[in-house]
Amino acid sequence: MYQYDQYDQAMVDARVEEFRDQAQRRLDGKLTEDQFKPLRLMNGLYLQLHAYMLRVAIPYGTLNSRQMTALGDIADKYDRGYGHFTTRQNLQYNWIKLEDAADILADLSKVEMHAIQTSGNCIRNISSDHFAGAAHDELIDPRPYAELLRQWSSFHPEFTYLPRKFKIAVIAAETDRAAMRLHDIGIQIVKNDAGEIGASFYVGGGMGRTPMIAPQIREFVPLDQLVTYAEACLRVYNRYGRRDNKYKARIKILVHEMGAEEYTRQVEEEFAHLLEQGVEPPLAELERIKPFFADPAFEDGPKSVDRSDPDFALWVDRNTVRHKHDSYVSAVISLKPVGGIPGDATGDQMRLMAKLAKQYSFDELRVMHTQNIVLPHVKIADLHALWTELEAADLGAPNLDTIEDIIACPGLDYCALANARSIPLAQRISENFAKNGRTEELGQLKLKISGCINACGHHHAGHIGILGVDKKGTENYQLSLGGSEAEDVSLAKITGPGFDEDGVIKAVETVTDVYLEAREDGERFLDTYRRIGMTPFKEALYD
Amino acid sequence: MNILTGNDLKTGEVVWWDGQNWSLSVHDAVDVGDMGEQILAAEEAARRVNVPYALVASRTEEGVRPAHIKDRVRALGPTVRRDLAVPTASKTGWDWVI
Repeated sequence: MYQYDQYDQAMVDARVEEFRDQAQRRLDGKLTEDQFKPLRLMNGLYLQLHAYMLRVAIPYGTLNSRQMTALGDIADKYDRGYGHFTTRQNLQYNWIKLEDAADILADLSKVEMHAIQTSGNCIRNISSDHFAGAAHDELIDPRPYAELLRQWSSFHPEFTYLPRKFKIAVIAAETDRAAMRLHDIGIQIVKNDAGEIGASFYVGGGMGRTPMIAPQIREFVPLDQLVTYAEACLRVYNRYGRRDNKYKARIKILVHEMGAEEYTRQVEEEFAHLLEQGVEPPLAELERIKPFFADPAFEDGPKSVDRSDPDFALWVDRNTVRHKHDSYVSAVISLKPVGGIPGDATGDQMRLMAKLAKQYSFDELRVMHTQNIVLPHVKIADLHALWTELEAADLGAPNLDTIEDIIACPGLDYCALANARSIPLAQRISENFAKNGRTEELGQLKLKISGCINACGHHHAGHIGILGVDKKGTENYQLSLGGSEAEDVSLAKITGPGFDEDGVIKAVETVTDVYLEAREDGERFLDTYRRIGMTPFKEALYD
Repeated sequence: MNILTGNDLKTGEVVWWDGQNWSLSVHDAVDVGDMGEQILAAEEAARRVNVPYALVASRTEEGVRPAHIKDRVRALGPTVRRDLAVPTASKTGWDWVI
């Protein structure tokens, strides 16, 4: 994986010292909160319900064991012994003291990490396919391009004060594992009819209060013009994006109001101009980056496992994913134990995952946007030993992509923006389905819960989505069906009036009943919903 | 009753105005009547509290109970991590939050 050069390290170290001075001036009363707030947000430090929250960037979700160990140590030293992996492939600490914040950033810097641009109206952490470099179906590893974009977007002076935050995803497979078309810019690396590799650009997607699927605005951009094209997209947005209304400031609103055709025309015009200016990073930089993402030294070995232990066999079936080398798999460590808090991991668990990555996965881990962890390159021969250690640490839940593998934002238990709690719903739903034994029968079923309209829990993209709202000071939940963030992307539709907590949990059971009754051979919940439509579900819920 | 809350500047902990100082327990909160804005301005200027605001609460047998669920979660801690509850507020049951 990528390692900082002297410039990366110097930039991050300088930022730590700059923030140390800013935080001290705030503590000394030389800065007001209004003056300090934009400075702390530029370093990922929020003020949440109970305390300061620090969001740490994990570029394209990739980290090594040293970094994961450091994250666990920080959880124990400065927080309350745990951290929360987010839907942006980042990590959040919930109980940070302002007086410790600069020391934490210094500890992060020692392992080539930071919290820069994890907040504010700038280009946020670049996300990518969590199986990048391991996936059997990818064209190339997208991470060198994600890293190039990370470098381009870090401290980019023109894009530090955009109309609103800006999120970019890069993938290189037909299977979309990064919710690419629900980003401000989604980039898919593709091959054209001439056999050349380039990038398709999708611009103007997003979730939040106005969910939109990004339209394709350019089918093929040569890879040696990728950054230039991204810059053109940003420039048009920066010029015309609305700054008068926070809720209409995202690029999706601009593309929608201007029209994709006109937006594209302007991007193309800007692109032509930028090509003359020569803003693309030199090819030598990409060539410097690429070797960091070279394949590790894979070895041939057994292609199958001993399935005599049914619990192990179930975990293998559910939580391992085909690898490009047939003696390996990518193994998913579920952070969704039954009744647990989605995405939370203790310091001990983080250090264990780090140790296992070093032992079994060429020192690499990935954070999934679905709040699980991946060991991308595990020898099939090592799977039983790996699973045994995971089981012992409550990290062996066999539930990838099932109804127990729920995305949930922190919700009202932690978040100052939330209207309702989302974690307790996830806990109760996973307990219900674990108890009634229907998880296996239901197959792939993606349930996503957000505690407010900002949609950090991706409820718009859930096969089943739940949105928490405030109804006269009490929690209420809207149910929606039919969303997908994958290559068959779609936005979920609301079923009807909302429910209280008990009611929405029952409603989830009801819609799964309808599905099981109506499904045809091989259909996932989403397939059945798309075939039969909303009516049978509404009738079961409200009649 | 009208009470005041905020976060401690250094630690970020949730604090409640007890008439003279900022307490970790919601049950120490006092009714500030219509003096809220004046106290908040003075306290914020003195850097004793961060992002303070006034809210409506009621006095019950279990102590002071903020009207809105968000402030009750702030008062007690995350409902999903009861081991991390604010100790001085935990004389109330978790049903108190909901």
